[in-house]
Amino acid sequence: MTTDLRDLYQEVILDHNKRPRNFRAMEDADRQADGHNPLCGDKVTVYVKMEDGILRDVSFVGSGCAISTASASLMTELLKGKTEGEARALFQGFRDMVAGPAPSVHAGLGKLKVLAGVREFPARIKCATLAWHTVKTALEHSGGTASTE
Amino acid sequence: MKRGNELFAVSGDPTPPDMARRRSDFPILKQRVHGKPLVYLDNASTTQKPRSVIEAITRYYETGNANVHRGVHVMSERATQAYEEARSKVARFLHARDDREIIFVRGATEAINLVAQTFGRTRLGSGDEVLITAMEHHSNIVPWQMLREQTGAVMKVAPVTDAGELDLAEYARLLNRRTRLVSVTHVSNALGTVNPVREMIEMAHLRDIPVLVDGAQAAPHMKVDVQSLDCDFYAFSGHKTYGPTGIGVLYGKAALLDAMPPYQGGGDMILQVSFEKTLYNAIPYKFEAGTPDIAGAIGLGVAIEYLEEIGMDAIAAHEHELLAYATEAVRGVPGIRIVGTAREKAGVLSFVLDGAHPHDIGTILDHEGIAIRAGHHCAMPLMERLGLPATARASFGLYNTREEVDALVGAIKKVREMFS
Repeated sequence: MTTDLRDLYQEVILDHNKRPRNFRAMEDADRQADGHNPLCGDKVTVYVKMEDGILRDVSFVGSGCAISTASASLMTELLKGKTEGEARALFQGFRDMVAGPAPSVHAGLGKLKVLAGVREFPARIKCATLAWHTVKTALEHSGGTASTE
Repeated sequence: MKRGNELFAVSGDPTPPDMARRRSDFPILKQRVHGKPLVYLDNASTTQKPRSVIEAITRYYETGNANVHRGVHVMSERATQAYEEARSKVARFLHARDDREIIFVRGATEAINLVAQTFGRTRLGSGDEVLITAMEHHSNIVPWQMLREQTGAVMKVAPVTDAGELDLAEYARLLNRRTRLVSVTHVSNALGTVNPVREMIEMAHLRDIPVLVDGAQAAPHMKVDVQSLDCDFYAFSGHKTYGPTGIGVLYGKAALLDAMPPYQGGGDMILQVSFEKTLYNAIPYKFEAGTPDIAGAIGLGVAIEYLEEIGMDAIAAHEHELLAYATEAVRGVPGIRIVGTAREKAGVLSFVLDGAHPHDIGTILDHEGIAIRAGHHCAMPLMERLGLPATARASFGLYNTREEVDALVGAIKKVREMFS
C-alpha cells in the first residue's frame, strides 16, 4: 500500500469505522440535524444534549464510508464537554486541517489529527466534514439539514 | 447471452490477441496512475477515445473548421459535407431507414429531454401516462417529472426484481389506455441488466403506444437495429461510444419527428423568419437550432467507423467473456456480493463488500491504478429499491483484458484484508 493511502486509512480510522463510538439515536436530545452528501448518498443524523451551555452528550446515526463514519465517531468523543464556542472553533480547526489552503493542525483536535491525510484526497474531503457541518447546523438551527454542497 | 460457467473453462487463457492489440489504439491507456499501470474500468461513465477520433477532431480544427449549412465558400461546404457524412454513419450504425431520422444533440440526456419537451408537451395532457422502469438513470426520470409539472401527466414505474430484472408481467399490466409513451433503458447503467426491449416494444405497439429506448449503455456494447427493434425513439451518447463528449444522438421515426414541434429556436432550424411568423425547417434541422457540435459529430462518425471495423458482435462477445471471467473470479472473495444478477447482462459488475463502503473501495482501488465508479450511479430510486446506499461498479470496454480483471480482483482482496 502506498504511504498516503496508509495515512488515510490509519488504524484509528479503521477502528472507529468498525466500532463507531456514540453511535445511537438520542431520545432526549435538545439539538439535532440531518446531514447529507448528495454526491455519494452519505447520510448522518447528529444529536446533542446541552447542559449549562455545554455539549453534555453528542451522538450520531447514519450510513457512510469509513472516513465519514470515523470522522463522526471521533467528533462525538471530542465535542463532549465542550462549550458551543469551543465546538465552533474546533469545527473551524478541523475544516482548516482537511481543506484549508495550507496544512495546519489545531491543537485541540486530539485524535482527529489522524484525518489530516484526507487533504491529499480531494474527492474525500466532504466525507470527513459531513458530520461537522451537521453538528454546526444542529447548534445553529436545530432540526435543519446540512449539505456538503 | 453467454453465462459464466461454460466460459470459465478457458479461464487460464489470456485475452485473445486481436482485442489486446486494440489497446494500443488508445493513447490514454499507456499512462500510470499512482505509479501503477492504469486499469480503466469505468467505461459505463465514459469510454476512452481511440487515436483516430482524437486525430479527426484535431484535423478538423486545423484544416476544416467552418460553419455548416451557411456559407457558399469551400470551407463551409467541406464542413457541411463532413457533418452530414457523420449523420449518415450514425444512421448506418443504428440501421435507420433515413439520415433525416438522426438528430444530433449533446448526449442521451438531451435526447430524452427533447422528446419530453416536444412530443411530451404536445401529446401528454393531464392524467396521461408515461411508463418508465425502476432501473432508469436520472436522465430518464427527471425529464418526465418536469413534464408532469408542466402538463399534469403521470409517471408510472414498472418494478424490478431482486435480481435487477424488469418485472415484465407488471410492465404489461401497467400499459393501459392512458399510456402515451414508454421510455425504457436498453441496458441498466448501474447493474448491466439487458432489458427485453423488443418484447416490450411489441407489447406497447399492440396498444399503439410509442417507445423511447435509452441506449446510452447499449450502443457501445452491442449491435443496435432500430428498424428490427421497431422502437420509435432511440437515444445514445457519443462519449460512451468511444467518441467525444458534447455530442449524442436522438433517432426518431420520421413521421413522429415531422409531427413534433421544434425543441429550441434559433438559426438553422428555420426556413424563413419575420417578426410576424417563422417557418420551421424540415427534419432533422428543425431540432438542431444554432451551430452544432461539428467537430463532435465528425469525431463520433470516426468512432463509429472504428467500432464497425472491429465489429459490434466481436466487441459484445469480448465484453461478455470478460464479465463471465470477472463474475467467476470475484466469487472467490469472501464477503463480496454481486448486485444485479440478471440472466442477460452487459459488461457491468456492480458489487458490495462486507465492512467496506463502496467509496473506500473506490479510493483504495484508485491507488492500485484501477478506476471504477462508486456511488449511486445516478439511479437513486434503483438503489433505494435494492436497499443499498451505493455500490462499487466495474464496467468493461473493448480494450479491457483478463489481466486487468485479475488486477481488480487482487485489489478487492486488499480492501477486504484492510477492512476485515
